[in-house]
Amino acid sequence: MKNSSIKTVVAIGIGAALFFVLGRFVAIPSGIPNTNISLQYAILGMLAALYGPVAGGLNGFIGHTLIDLSWGGSPWWSWVIASAFVGVVVGLFAKKLNVSEGTFGKKEIITFAIANVVANVIAWIGIAPALDVLIYAEPYSKVIAQGAMAAVANSLTAVIVGALLLVAYTKTIAKQGSLDKE
Amino acid sequence: MAAHTVLNYLPRKSVVHELTGATKLAFFLLFTFASMITYDTRVLVLLMAVSFSAFRLSRIRLREVRFMLVFMLVFLLLNNFFIFLFNPDQGTEIYGTRHVLVHLFWRYDVTAEQLFYMLNISLKYFVALPVAILFISATNPSEFAASLNRIGISYRVGYSVSIALRYIPDIQRDYHNISQAQQARGVELGKKEKLLARLKNSVNILMPLIISSLSRIDTISNAMELRGFGKDKRKRTWYVQRPFKRNDWLAIALGALLLAVSLATTLWNGSRFYNPFR
Repeated sequence: MKNSSIKTVVAIGIGAALFFVLGRFVAIPSGIPNTNISLQYAILGMLAALYGPVAGGLNGFIGHTLIDLSWGGSPWWSWVIASAFVGVVVGLFAKKLNVSEGTFGKKEIITFAIANVVANVIAWIGIAPALDVLIYAEPYSKVIAQGAMAAVANSLTAVIVGALLLVAYTKTIAKQGSLDKE
Repeated sequence: MAAHTVLNYLPRKSVVHELTGATKLAFFLLFTFASMITYDTRVLVLLMAVSFSAFRLSRIRLREVRFMLVFMLVFLLLNNFFIFLFNPDQGTEIYGTRHVLVHLFWRYDVTAEQLFYMLNISLKYFVALPVAILFISATNPSEFAASLNRIGISYRVGYSVSIALRYIPDIQRDYHNISQAQQARGVELGKKEKLLARLKNSVNILMPLIISSLSRIDTISNAMELRGFGKDKRKRTWYVQRPFKRNDWLAIALGALLLAVSLATTLWNGSRFYNPFR
């Protein structure tokens, strides 16, 4: 199991770098002004499903902190924590999904979708606004509106893009028992 | 490309640069928490004075960090606008009184309380920005993992952060290449496509990026295992780690003092806000 712990360390690092690059430089217009599709949450969901809750949580935490730092100003902790939470929750489903076995069928897609929607809704409508009010004393109606938008956008991206990525990824790895004895 | 305009280290000969990375990290965290807790205008002004003088000491010129400054101002204005839009009476809710200065329309009155509340919110941005800029541009990135470890975070996490910082430019370059290649083949991400098609097209770009990143994870973790990473569960020494000097202790003491002041005034006032209206 030693190798897997090293792999987690590296996966957190590379995952955070991916999260950073997608969140910082990639802007795909969503059609609503000033809101972009945050592809980084698809990557976060996928990496959490591959490497588990610890990797997922730290991935979101480090990636989001770096994005905030790069814009200047101190990290917006309430949203950083919410990002980490998404990673942890999706990561908790990792055992169920078992992506490394190479099967990602209907059942797994549905589990993955549920995990992501649950994680994003709790994070952006529950945790982020609550902490915004607690830490930053902002008006409740404002933070809940922001949170609701983030919840819808991030769940959609995570489910659609994340699932498509996982399906494509599992096709590239050899399935267990795919070798036949002749 | 844009890679060197973000998280850029600006080497200089200054008191701030000579502090160890661990000191700067500790000070940054102490200072952030101090400015997060309090909304007392007097304390915020004190914190702002500290933060501005630290910036002066660093000899980093304003011109070099103009981008962050402009971005913060835009964000500040937007945030204030939305706060007013969603709740023009947040100030009244906090301070308990209501002095109307100008009536606009419907429920939108400009009250002295709201203006004072938004002034405090804006002050916080000015308090936080110089210290955050210093933290980014005066800390050598290779010192960062060592400093995380120094303040008590597991060296594995420190290593993850250091890997992230090391590979951001590489992944950015990969992304750029892949997206150019795919766009040349007609994959469109802009407004011309429908939303769902845009999402689907983004998979065409992300897939190669993910596959190359996953193989990168394998390569790096194999290399680290070969070099015996993680053999010792608790300890690790760092090439870039420097011993604490007098100034380091002073800076950390200052950070702790500011946090204490911020906590003390909050407890003394009985709330996080300073109320001039009562």
